Amino acid sequence: MTWTNPLTLLRQGWTRHWNPERPVRTVVSNLPFEDLKKREQPNRQYEGNAIKTNKYRLWSFIPMNLFEQFHRMANIYFVGLAILNFVPVVNAFQPEVALIPICIILALTAVKDGWEDFRRYQTDQQLNNTPCFIFSRKQMCFVERRWKDVRVGDFVRVLSNEIIPADILLLHTSDPNGVCHMETSNLDGETSLKQRKVVPGFSTLGEPFQPHTFDSTVVCENPNNNLNLFKGYVERPDKRRTGFGIDSLLLRGCMVRNTDDAAGIVVYTGHETKSMLNNSGPRYKRSKIERKMNTDVLFCVVLLFFMCLIGALGHAIWLESFPSIPSYIVPDSNGNYTPSVLSGFYMFFTMIILLQVMIPVSLYVSIELVKMGQIFFITQDVELYDEELDRRVQCRALNITEDLGQIQYVFSDKTGTLTENKMVFRRCSIMGTEYCHEENAARLAVINGANEEEEVTIYQQTKLPSLFPLEELQDIHTGDENQANAQVTAANQRRSREAAGAQSDMAFSSPLETVVVPDRKLMLEVDREMASIQTGPYLDFFLALAVCNTVLLSSVTAQRQRVKGRRSSSYSGGSFHNMRQWFRKCGLGKVFTSMRFFKRRGETLRDPFSIDEDESDGFHSSDVSDATGQKDISSERKVKSGLSGSEEMCYEAHSPDEAALIHAAKAYGFTMVERTPHYVTVKLPDGALLKFEVLDILTFDSTRRRMSIIVRHPHTKEIIMYTKGADSAIMERLGNVFTDMSQVYSEAKQTAVKTQRDLDMYARNGLRTLCFAKKVISEQEFRAWSALRQEALSAIDEKEERLMETANFIESSFTLLGATGIEDRLQESVPETIQALRRAGMQVWVLTGDKPETAINIAYSCKLLEHEDLVFTFSTNRKSVFKMRVEDTLGELRRSTLSPGADPQFRGYSSAFTGPLMEPSIGLVIDGSTLSMAMSDELVEQFVELCKHCRAVLCCRVTPLQKSAVVKLIRQKLRVMTLAVGDGANDVNMIQAADVGIGVSGQEGMQAVMASDFAITRFKHLQRLLLVHGHWCYSRLANMVIYFFYKNVAYVNLLFWYQFFCGFSATAMIDYWLMIFFNLFFTSAPPIMFGIMEKEVSDSTLLSLPELYKRGQHSEGYRRSTFWIAILDAFYQSLVCFFIPYWTYNGSDIGIFAFGTPMNTVSLFTIILHLAIEIKSWTVVHWVIMIGSVLVYFIVTLAYSAICISCNPPSDPYWIMHKQMADPMFYLVCILTTVVALLPRYTLHVLRGTLAPSPHLRARQLERLSPSHREQRIREWRGLRDTCISPSPSA
Amino acid sequence: MKNEGNTDKRPDNTAFTQQRLPAWQPVLSAGIVIPGFLLIGLAFIGIGIGLFLTSQTIQVQEMDYTGVEKDSPCFRCTRLSNQNCTCDVPFSLSTLFKGPVFFYYGLSNYYQNFRRYGVSKDYNQLTGDTRYFKSPESDCDPYSKDSKQNYIVPCGALANSLFNDTFELYQIINGTKKQVPLDGRGISWWTDYNIKYRNPSLVNGSLAKAFDGTVKPINWPRPAYELDLTDPNNNGFLNQDFLVWMRRAALPQFRKLYRRITEGDYAAGLPAGDYSLTVNYNYPVLDFDGRKTVVLSNVSWMGGKNNFLGIAYLVVGSLCVVMSVVMLVVYAKFKFSDDEA
Repeated sequence: MTWTNPLTLLRQGWTRHWNPERPVRTVVSNLPFEDLKKREQPNRQYEGNAIKTNKYRLWSFIPMNLFEQFHRMANIYFVGLAILNFVPVVNAFQPEVALIPICIILALTAVKDGWEDFRRYQTDQQLNNTPCFIFSRKQMCFVERRWKDVRVGDFVRVLSNEIIPADILLLHTSDPNGVCHMETSNLDGETSLKQRKVVPGFSTLGEPFQPHTFDSTVVCENPNNNLNLFKGYVERPDKRRTGFGIDSLLLRGCMVRNTDDAAGIVVYTGHETKSMLNNSGPRYKRSKIERKMNTDVLFCVVLLFFMCLIGALGHAIWLESFPSIPSYIVPDSNGNYTPSVLSGFYMFFTMIILLQVMIPVSLYVSIELVKMGQIFFITQDVELYDEELDRRVQCRALNITEDLGQIQYVFSDKTGTLTENKMVFRRCSIMGTEYCHEENAARLAVINGANEEEEVTIYQQTKLPSLFPLEELQDIHTGDENQANAQVTAANQRRSREAAGAQSDMAFSSPLETVVVPDRKLMLEVDREMASIQTGPYLDFFLALAVCNTVLLSSVTAQRQRVKGRRSSSYSGGSFHNMRQWFRKCGLGKVFTSMRFFKRRGETLRDPFSIDEDESDGFHSSDVSDATGQKDISSERKVKSGLSGSEEMCYEAHSPDEAALIHAAKAYGFTMVERTPHYVTVKLPDGALLKFEVLDILTFDSTRRRMSIIVRHPHTKEIIMYTKGADSAIMERLGNVFTDMSQVYSEAKQTAVKTQRDLDMYARNGLRTLCFAKKVISEQEFRAWSALRQEALSAIDEKEERLMETANFIESSFTLLGATGIEDRLQESVPETIQALRRAGMQVWVLTGDKPETAINIAYSCKLLEHEDLVFTFSTNRKSVFKMRVEDTLGELRRSTLSPGADPQFRGYSSAFTGPLMEPSIGLVIDGSTLSMAMSDELVEQFVELCKHCRAVLCCRVTPLQKSAVVKLIRQKLRVMTLAVGDGANDVNMIQAADVGIGVSGQEGMQAVMASDFAITRFKHLQRLLLVHGHWCYSRLANMVIYFFYKNVAYVNLLFWYQFFCGFSATAMIDYWLMIFFNLFFTSAPPIMFGIMEKEVSDSTLLSLPELYKRGQHSEGYRRSTFWIAILDAFYQSLVCFFIPYWTYNGSDIGIFAFGTPMNTVSLFTIILHLAIEIKSWTVVHWVIMIGSVLVYFIVTLAYSAICISCNPPSDPYWIMHKQMADPMFYLVCILTTVVALLPRYTLHVLRGTLAPSPHLRARQLERLSPSHREQRIREWRGLRDTCISPSPSA
Repeated sequence: MKNEGNTDKRPDNTAFTQQRLPAWQPVLSAGIVIPGFLLIGLAFIGIGIGLFLTSQTIQVQEMDYTGVEKDSPCFRCTRLSNQNCTCDVPFSLSTLFKGPVFFYYGLSNYYQNFRRYGVSKDYNQLTGDTRYFKSPESDCDPYSKDSKQNYIVPCGALANSLFNDTFELYQIINGTKKQVPLDGRGISWWTDYNIKYRNPSLVNGSLAKAFDGTVKPINWPRPAYELDLTDPNNNGFLNQDFLVWMRRAALPQFRKLYRRITEGDYAAGLPAGDYSLTVNYNYPVLDFDGRKTVVLSNVSWMGGKNNFLGIAYLVVGSLCVVMSVVMLVVYAKFKFSDDEA
């Protein structure tokens, strides 16, 4: 779907030296060749680092730009007409005059292009001239050069907070551990730091980098645009190879952070860097309306053809009808008369010129303008603005706004889209024993309650006392004792919002996630183990939690300083750590006395699937006043203040799960205090530091679904692998627990069984589960594996497969440690949003990687499935079984369709066919492996048919690729408009596959947003985006397009009818300039305004009646019939506009252009008033533009006919308008004609409004009622609909 | 303050950007538009009656003098190729024809709006610019030069086909002819005569000299500077008949003003009685099935006689009234059923 400029392609082909025989790029150091001429340089075939994104040069601007512009069909059409006009036998107007429209359009576009190009040139220049440091052999140091001087093979040094000039293979950093941090926000918007490490062996840590000693060859892939994949190796002169990957590549455009300087060899430059290759410009999609419109344009072409044919035939017949040649038929310049047939043939082309406006070329320009306006209003919507993130809705695709109003299928990701993706540690199971962490659950309930309270206070703007004790704690921590003691009111609310705003920036460190209240029982267990033996499964479990991750530590202060203004608060990580310390100090029992406790505030617990059913009642006894609590806190704080200083660190995790786990480990005293590529240091509960040597990390991937870290224990020197992963990924690799029946394993087996039971329970409660396992590897075994691993790492071919193999090899025979249950809370208003989307007729699918149990739970809680729904679950590994079940189900469904009411089970579904507003209430749950079977060729048809019947579909355990495959399947098979919404990198495929891709900018970086057409911050915004803006954009654009067709046909037909009275000689009775003005000035602004600002039904009504959305889904705003009705109306109106003046003036002494003037005026009135009938709400802007257009018409026409004495022969408009306007007949004709032309449409509108009001009209009528009355009517409306869905059997 | 920095990108909460501008939302329904329809209907009927009555007061006397029928007075002129054929067309008026009376000639099936015909002129010549006399627009071809390669001024088909029948009107009082004076001044557009068209500047006080080296259009009996031998100011491009002809008619059936009867005994109109129209028959129309007529008409504020507009107003007005009745029925029925429900 991406559109590539053919010119750039050409240029790329020209300048880039693709060498298909060499799939790799070899780079050597430039330094030995520094003095050689350019063509003797070893890296000469690679491009320089200077970039040139501007298309044109000064001298080539005009020809290049014209060439570009003539790629557009519309311009070719224009030019063709202009050229045609220069052919003497066919010209209709003065050739020079006919050039005007095309010249205006070309000139305007050229100016726009030129300006944009100049801006690009300026930024390029600025970039190319940015200073950077390149190593010079002559001076033996890094000297300052410009970015454009950087070549492949150069050594470049980048200082902290500088932007990286090219893609550099990292060889040296100032960091003692050989890492370098990089912020990629310029590339993908992610503000979290990425860690890069040096390719080992080229610089000694701590010593200055000496590039001139670099004598190896770098071999890497050819440039590609994958930001996450890079592979290659460095070959030394002695043929030793060292592999490297993306974690050694510094990317152009990124910024070096937290590292004083970094240096390396340049591998890709300029346009070949990954960031430039990714920079493909705005996406170009064609909306559904536009596709339809294009076929209608073809209809217009056909219509034009027939009209021209009539003209040609008419002319020939007319010429034949004379007995002899009359004096007004002019022979050619030689005095010969052209034969009638030939004249007719010529006339065909002349007619094309005359009637050219039939093809609404201006429509395309207008649509662009309208979409710009629509996007302006969407992004301006304050309801879609997220205050926490300070982010508006982003429209990244500029031309599919109206597709938002036609969505039929919504595909949603679960994690981070429906849910907050703020992971909260809820439960864990260690060695088969479950620890339910009820205290923690209680704490969460408090936060829930407090949040609700806070929301209320924000909206009411009243000064309620804060009910959020955690916030008060923060205040204490920030050091302002006075403020803490004061009763914190409004200021506190502000702070709490601020804190919430900081959540996104501070990676996953809201109080919700960071603070875990330890389970008392488990705490005792850990303490016991710590005290006695210093090892054991509990310790191992928490060590695994603390070690087995990729979380980075960054000091809070350092991070904050570099961030611009909006990152404000600095009191998250540390303060809560402090609080935890405090919790521990004052004992667990006491904690809850200092907290205000709101268990189950009303029924509106935000957390419908929470597991606190079995919560003890002890927590309700929280009667201690706030004041006491605060005193406790402040006194405790003084005691602990000494400790807190060293802990001003915050965790930067790539996934919220990891953050939740590491915070959980911290709660039990296992604090990860340092992580370098080679060491992980963990502080134990007794304060001792354990420094693990990291031997290898097998990172997470979606196929293995687990990650492992191999470390050497500092005391025992054992090599231990800690693994965490999805339960299936771990459980099936637990040694031979289930097969070996020997005594040793029976205990392990029991653990596994128990853990599995706990896991199932977690999943049922909607928790995300992770298993933790450990494996002790012998020295020998590890060494053997390590060699294999190294080999795989430096491979270029099949690197992924080989890495996978080695990982799978080592990741087996685990010992199970335990499992965790992490809660991912639903975002606010998700059930309401899903319900609204469903009411609007959209089918909602949820595609998730989670376990079916978890997913089903979430599905129920977000109202995707309802309890009265009939849910089919497909989860099988055998195709035949699946096939049978699908067939059975389908058969059952068909039967129930045929005999409605026969099967009470299917009543809800079958009644869908008895009432127009009903939907089947059938849910389908399918898991990943079954889905892949369902999508195989022989079953796909049945599967799709089954899906058609389903109201909701839930796909679990699906891979990113499957997600996009499902979207594509539904989109192609059912030919429906699809929308995909997701937040993570795993949704990118799906987002790109759908007609409309929506990215949720949440916790998981910006990749989804980058791939999306629209970016929102919360799932609930989807409701407003689709139901309000989508609907508006659709009906606005549909109406405008229809109107445009009508307008052009109505106007051009005037000329056509006149042909019957001028011998089909292509005479125009309207001055050509006025005709141009008519389209350009007099009638262009109103439809554009109409397309931007029309508001048939207000947003509040649209939101309360989602059913109104169905019009867009069924394309009711713009159908083929609508188009033809508009065309017919145009014909009728043009007939009226022509023949009333005709009969009035026939036989009189009126001149041609005096005859055309009332017609022009009448068409203006008709066209403007036609729009006025369509406009449903008139604001000041409407009045100004509508009245303004009429005024402009009269002013311009009067001025033109006063000035233009002889400027445009043969029309010579001089004084014609004035003379006409002095004649009362002119006004009488205008009034009568306008009324007659618009009477049918107006009457039809009125009758339809009275006899058969559309839902929209009824909704409009509702708006006129008083608010209370309206509420009641809306309820009635909905009630009516609801009773339709489930009619009682007796009725 | 940091808090404010936090909401940098917050959209402006104005009525315009939030699309909340106060709006008038007309709802079209029968009940609301009934008065509108009724009002428009009545107004139209009023206008229609006015127009119709006015139109009825206008007297028109139209006479076809083409001479197609054998018994028509000008039949003989169509037969021969002889020049200077004159014929007398008698007619009688039963009542006083109120003045001022406008004297038109009418042509039908004459396509002055034929495109190539319309552009076949040189505007620069007509503004009196002698430079263009010898280098006319190519649009004028083949009427820019005669067979001897002399330049024709004014060039082009439009000028060449100038209507050249002339008329004299006589009242027959007791068998004697009394000429009715026809006034040819000011029959063209004021702007044509005073602004658009210009004669070439006189050479040695003579208009004829200005046209030196050019020839008259082929169909013209006399050159441009001798179009009106009686009035020296009515010659060249500023000849009234020429100007009237050059303003092309919109439709193939048209009439053009020839003279007005404003003088002498006939200033108040043509009294009842017998009249005779003497036609100097020159202009050929039979080769395209054309008709030539002479129209005598007096005018009102609405121009010439035109029943169409009045009738149309009446019809549309009544339609609106009928419609409002229909609407009333619909409204009542709708209302009724609504109440029932």
